[in-house]
Amino acid sequence: MSEPISALNHASYDGIARIEECGLQGMITLRGDLSDKVLAKAVKDATGQAVPGQRAAFVDGDTGVCWMSTDELLVLVPYAEVEAKLAAMTNALGGTHALAVNVSDARAVFRISGAHAREVLGKLAPVDLSAEAFQPGQIRRSRLAQVAGAFWLDDEQTLRVVCFRSAADYVFKLLKIAAQPGSEVGVY
Amino acid sequence: MLILNCPYCGVDAEETELAAGGEAHLKRFGPGSSDDEFHDYLFMRENPKGVHFERWRHANGCGKWFHAARCTQTLEVFGTYSAQTSEPPQAIKDAISARRPGWTWRDLS
Repeated sequence: MSEPISALNHASYDGIARIEECGLQGMITLRGDLSDKVLAKAVKDATGQAVPGQRAAFVDGDTGVCWMSTDELLVLVPYAEVEAKLAAMTNALGGTHALAVNVSDARAVFRISGAHAREVLGKLAPVDLSAEAFQPGQIRRSRLAQVAGAFWLDDEQTLRVVCFRSAADYVFKLLKIAAQPGSEVGVY
Repeated sequence: MLILNCPYCGVDAEETELAAGGEAHLKRFGPGSSDDEFHDYLFMRENPKGVHFERWRHANGCGKWFHAARCTQTLEVFGTYSAQTSEPPQAIKDAISARRPGWTWRDLS
């Protein structure tokens, strides 16, 4: 078997914040009725988390669940376990109107860390990233310059960004430019 | 800059996160309708200076369609509401009446 490799294979950059590609991350897109008990149990079994409310993200390391829209969740699991977790989930959801798909290899994940992490992302997305408006436990889907992206805070100084794998190179270059030394704005 | 509140994800999304979807509350005429009805459905759009109802999609966001009521003259937004309706809810009509007494739009007022 060939060895799976993430889009940029752990590329990194140090500027006013550290940008790194996180490597392989198991991801399952789950669509269905989020108030359904069977779906909630499937999410609990896969991640140990409850179904998140509007724009909530319960993420711990490479496991968690994020609210993507009123009928869609993004389930994060370790890459090596994604096939087994997906099979268990599909089995559990058999009788309900729901759909779970492995999208791990269609995505790229970046981590922005450092005191200026919020500022780096704030240059690229039309989102209020101030501490009053955006906190750990929240997810925001938006755009990063010209491509779609989603992001959440792991802690006060660490952001994780998810984008399409086909746009990984573009997003990495964007983040590098936004993190150039001397480019602090000082807003957040 | 137009800022609309997405009724599905609750985000105050600005224009570049949204995709415009044209006029709201169109009644479709398809097979079995007269040529005049089909012509009007296909081509005859409102182009008001003032109160207008539109469809928008939160394209760079939750991806959901929704409705917005706004003023084309001042860009004032009266409110946004669910896509799963064929006419604006009373609360939206009241909000418009409070700001634009005597407004009309197609057969609404």
